[in-house]
Amino acid sequence: MEVPTAIPAIEPVAEQPTESVPRPSIFKHPSASPPQLVTQGAEALLYRSTYLLPTLPCALKYRPSKPYRHPILDARLTKHRILSEARVLAKCRREGVPVPGVYALDESTGWLMIEWIEGEVVRIRLNEWLKRRKDAGIEEGVDDAELVGLMGRVGAAVGRMHAVGVVHGDLTTSNLMLRPFSKKTVNGDALAEDNILDGEIILIDFGLASQSMQDEDRAVDLYVLERAFGSTHPRAEGLFKEVLVAYGKSFKGAPVVLKKLEDVRMRGRKRSMLG
Amino acid sequence: MISIGLEGSANKLGVGIISHPLGKPALVLSNIRHTFVSPPGEGFLPKDTAKHHRSWVVRLVKQAMAEAGVKVSDVDCVCYTKGPGMGAPLQGVAIAARMLSLLWGKELVGVNHCVGHIEMGREITGAQNPVVLYVSGGNTQVIAYAEQRYRIFGEALDIAVGNCLDRFARTLRISNDPAPGYNIEQLAKKGKVLLDLPYAVKGMDCSFSGILASIDILAAELEANPQWKDPITGDTITTADLCFSLQETVYAMLVEITERAMAHVGSNQVLIVGGVGSNERLQEMMGLMARDRGGNVFATDERFCIDNGIMIAHAGLLAYETGFTTPLEESTCTQRFRTDEVFVKWRD
Repeated sequence: MEVPTAIPAIEPVAEQPTESVPRPSIFKHPSASPPQLVTQGAEALLYRSTYLLPTLPCALKYRPSKPYRHPILDARLTKHRILSEARVLAKCRREGVPVPGVYALDESTGWLMIEWIEGEVVRIRLNEWLKRRKDAGIEEGVDDAELVGLMGRVGAAVGRMHAVGVVHGDLTTSNLMLRPFSKKTVNGDALAEDNILDGEIILIDFGLASQSMQDEDRAVDLYVLERAFGSTHPRAEGLFKEVLVAYGKSFKGAPVVLKKLEDVRMRGRKRSMLG
Repeated sequence: MISIGLEGSANKLGVGIISHPLGKPALVLSNIRHTFVSPPGEGFLPKDTAKHHRSWVVRLVKQAMAEAGVKVSDVDCVCYTKGPGMGAPLQGVAIAARMLSLLWGKELVGVNHCVGHIEMGREITGAQNPVVLYVSGGNTQVIAYAEQRYRIFGEALDIAVGNCLDRFARTLRISNDPAPGYNIEQLAKKGKVLLDLPYAVKGMDCSFSGILASIDILAAELEANPQWKDPITGDTITTADLCFSLQETVYAMLVEITERAMAHVGSNQVLIVGGVGSNERLQEMMGLMARDRGGNVFATDERFCIDNGIMIAHAGLLAYETGFTTPLEESTCTQRFRTDEVFVKWRD
């Protein structure tokens, strides 16, 4: 493995003044670099730190207790989510699904330390790509091989995860990372990135994941992703079918899941009715 | 411009009159409501609810006009709830709206009930571009605005949260007056013991039917064994504890999916609308969440949270001002009418 001399600095996010509950001791551990806040997700705060060596970057996911939740419920959910996330990540890793590796955890104080993934989430890249095209005046459906390629890689990655018996539970374009393919170099200079949708799909944030082989759960997973696509990137919604096409080829049981997805969609539509 | 709004998608019949003075905030001229209350242990049936609406609508319109102090000639359009909701009550109110439109010679405007809630909430609270949690007896949706539509980020996959609460109130046979959810809230204030219930969040969606089944089972156990004690604290478990556990669990789920949507769209404002939105515990929990995200929560009181005519008048008038009308031949109503079907011409 290529070990960088020091991890590159990142732009830390200003931390919100949060609860008075003391931080777990991992935050002051002498062998780890001081954690820098990268993003505040819904449930967890994501920090960047190092693991064992000052040159090995890692992501530290901390689930602070939620003051709005009853303490018993809060403890139950935090413990369950940290443990199930770690179990699922370990399983995916073992089976070759592209996810970050697990380094360490403590479920009672609510943190999980995992591999640091370079790159950006699909949501940002896709929005940037759509914006560039809009500015350039390119119409939808024209010359979109890059996006079709990305959708195909998303479908294949989700399919691989489902094939090993894991459902994600919160598939959105914020939970798909694009890790740059190993940089091609010409005369020692990195090639300028001309396709921002290039890169390997890494699935992240398994906080709501569970182990399941059921077509129903898999179909709900796809439905959640489909809806997230539609609501987050309305202009790319038309190409979501490419995700499903690639998904359909990704493992043996996939066509059955796609059939089930039609049922789940019908159920979703009923929602505007009185229960 | 002035409009009158008629709402009757569920058990409340509401009539409201609103004025949009040029360049100033909207002015509520009158906002009255009459609720069909079913006996304890029962829900409201479409047939009886429609009958209630039919027999009250003329009285309410007259009263609203008198209270507002406006003449028929001042009114610019008649707005009514096109959907979603229960079929029979919707039809009754749509007929009343058509009648007023023909009688007064005014244009009709069909309004989406959910959009009515959102627009009224925005108008009253002044929230600019919030993530909206719309929670009521028939709907549970997390909504954010993007490109001329209110897009649904998350929703209940089976029954609505309010329906879960209403049906548990029926199990306990507690009063439906003024609202079953209100009485559960009052009981829950006396509860202490948190019982284990399923916690069903799937991404930004959630599910309540399993929770209802579980709490119904616990209620049956309690009825069979009134001396039931909490194994840890030794406290006797009461129906108040059941209400408390139910509220704590389902509201934690709602706050969680709202927070997830906020993180996803990068917003720190949240607006709660719909009947369940008048629950103070939900508002408190949402406030704690929003505070930790450096944002704030906007909520309205029961006048605007619970179904009302003024929100229909307001959302209808917003559409009418952009040139939208519903021709008489198309003035139908529909039980299924998704929030994201409406083209929101009045926002940037």
